[in-house]
Amino acid sequence: MTESAGPTDIIVARDVHKWFGQLHVLRGIDLSVAAGEVVVIFGASGSGKSTFIRTINRLEEHQRGQIIVDGIELTNDVRNIAAIRSEIGMVFQSFNLFPHLTVLQNISLAPMRVRKWSRSRAETVGMQLLERVGIPEQALKFPGQLSGGQQQRVAIARALAMQPKIMLFDEPTSALDPEMISEVLDVMKGLAGETGMTMLVVTHEMGFARAVANRMVFFDEGQIVEIGPPRQIFEDPQHQRTKRFLSQILH
Amino acid sequence: MTADVLAPPSTSVDPVTWLRRNLFSSVISSVVTLLVAALLVWVAITVGRWAVEEARWDVVTRNLRLFLIGQYPADQAWRLWGSLLLLSVLAGVSAGTFGHTIRVLAVSISAIQALLAAAMAVSPVGPLITIGMLANAALVWAGMVVGYRGSIPRRAIVAAWLISIVVIFLLISGAATPIPDVSSNVWGGLLLTILLAVVGIILSFPLGVLLALGRRSSLPAVRLVSTAYIELIRGVPLVTILFMADIMLPFFLPGEVRIDRVMRAMGGITLFSAAYVAENVRGGLQAIPTGQIEAADALGLRGWQTNLYIVLPQALRSVIPANVGLFISLLKDTTLVAIIGLAELLGIGQSILAQPDSLGAHLEVFAFVGVIFFVLCYAMSQASYRLERQLGVGTR
Ligand SMILES: Nc1ncnc2c1ncn2[C@@H]1O[C@H](COP(=O)(O)OP(=O)(O)O)[C@@H](O)[C@H]1O
Ligand SMILES: [Mg+2]
Repeated sequence: MTESAGPTDIIVARDVHKWFGQLHVLRGIDLSVAAGEVVVIFGASGSGKSTFIRTINRLEEHQRGQIIVDGIELTNDVRNIAAIRSEIGMVFQSFNLFPHLTVLQNISLAPMRVRKWSRSRAETVGMQLLERVGIPEQALKFPGQLSGGQQQRVAIARALAMQPKIMLFDEPTSALDPEMISEVLDVMKGLAGETGMTMLVVTHEMGFARAVANRMVFFDEGQIVEIGPPRQIFEDPQHQRTKRFLSQILH
Repeated sequence: MTADVLAPPSTSVDPVTWLRRNLFSSVISSVVTLLVAALLVWVAITVGRWAVEEARWDVVTRNLRLFLIGQYPADQAWRLWGSLLLLSVLAGVSAGTFGHTIRVLAVSISAIQALLAAAMAVSPVGPLITIGMLANAALVWAGMVVGYRGSIPRRAIVAAWLISIVVIFLLISGAATPIPDVSSNVWGGLLLTILLAVVGIILSFPLGVLLALGRRSSLPAVRLVSTAYIELIRGVPLVTILFMADIMLPFFLPGEVRIDRVMRAMGGITLFSAAYVAENVRGGLQAIPTGQIEAADALGLRGWQTNLYIVLPQALRSVIPANVGLFISLLKDTTLVAIIGLAELLGIGQSILAQPDSLGAHLEVFAFVGVIFFVLCYAMSQASYRLERQLGVGTR
């Protein structure tokens, strides 16, 4: 299915294809995301969700089609890639915090080295962000000393420190013990509500999707099968495959 | 219902219990313990008796100057004292400021100085020299006290080291200075051993890290050159490389360019060691999960920044033990420069043994040389254990 891009779209993907060797992983993805929109992506494991959001900050290269982020087209031009990456924050399933740096150093590193902020400015902003994700008292600890939920909140703060326009989340709660999931989702809800951040979230947390998503996107076998507001997806899915998948994950 | 909270059972034991549990737990273990103890006592008595009653230590004390500095001219020895002074003060201050790891090295330096002072006291070099050496040992400790007060900024100390390395080199060689040149042909003994080892370690480490990164570079040419270099060097013995550096290199250089023999040896040792450092570091690099690099990429860090701030700090701390092992070998391998005619500590020992009045004093000479090498190597391995613990290898 295709979408027409509007003037306020901050992410535009047109007919995006990607192969891993012979494996055709993305088969013509069309998706436009407006500034301030929260889009939840869901679908079976191996359907290409991670690969797709990773093409948006060029962790994966797409091989056909076009991706335009904040007016800049993603090509092999190194300057474009650097410019795009500093506008996009990313949160990974496995946190990927830097284990040799303290929590505060994890957060202040990129602002100091990429944005060239002074240490004091980067640390002040870092502490504000730690307040916001609710763990200022952990600032001087190392990631290994934190619980999974705390680590993921640090990872969110680390991404936010670059003051990105877009945040990408790749299954941010899948590696967490059940009792820690809500503390991370609450932070993400706050981000969507208060700041109006543009967010692309791969998740199977349907409660979260219902509460904050503007649109939901169903991926299947490298294609977008269905896009719609949560109400429509949950109550009146248009496609048989969407229906079947939802009934599986909502038991 | 709440369970009682119990204190853990006591694990400390009195010495007698410890002995019984560990050394005399069964008949066999008791027999082994007694046999080993008897052997140790016998060795200690034999060695001790030889060292006190039979050994002709005068071979060492008479030639002490040769052992320490080779043929370095006596009237220029003040330059070595100046260098030693810088080293002692800086080592002390660094130990006081940085703690732990450096402290082991500083204490070892002062221990070696005290050892040498003891040898000097019974040698004909004179009381002034002995006192000078003792004063250096004391300076290390004084420096530690000053550093411990914490008033000297760390950056200043690092800068002082960098400047001192250059100053020491200029002092010893006299190159590019008003003071007379002392050709490296006459550098020898412990002085030469330490210069070869320190230069080899300081230069081969960064070179090895670059090679390791080069081997993983995304540029095929860089990858090819790094890999070829590493494999080539690792396939050749150090002796061969030293010969090549000594004999072949002059053929390739234009006639007017003269690199002296010591420099060529330093070059050979550095190039050799770098390949091994590179292989060690590569192991550390491979252990870094790709998620680390992806996270750094996603934050917008450039490739070199990712290497510098994320990859290398993690990779290098995990290869500290292996690298220190390498550097200990490097220190011992400096003895191989004897075959290209350089007289480092062991080489001097052998030339002293060739003198008529030293005939038959092999044991004394080799024991002296051996003890110095042992103290140096032991200090390095202890420092590495401290460093491992300080950096939390395997815990963080
Ligand atoms: N680096 C890679 N190399 C080869 N195949 C990959 C790679 N990453 C993902 N794949 C394959 O691409 C497909 C889509 O993966 P992914 O985007 O991770 O799916 P999802 O996130 O929806 O579970 C899967 O079949 C996966 O095995
Ligand atoms: Mg995935």
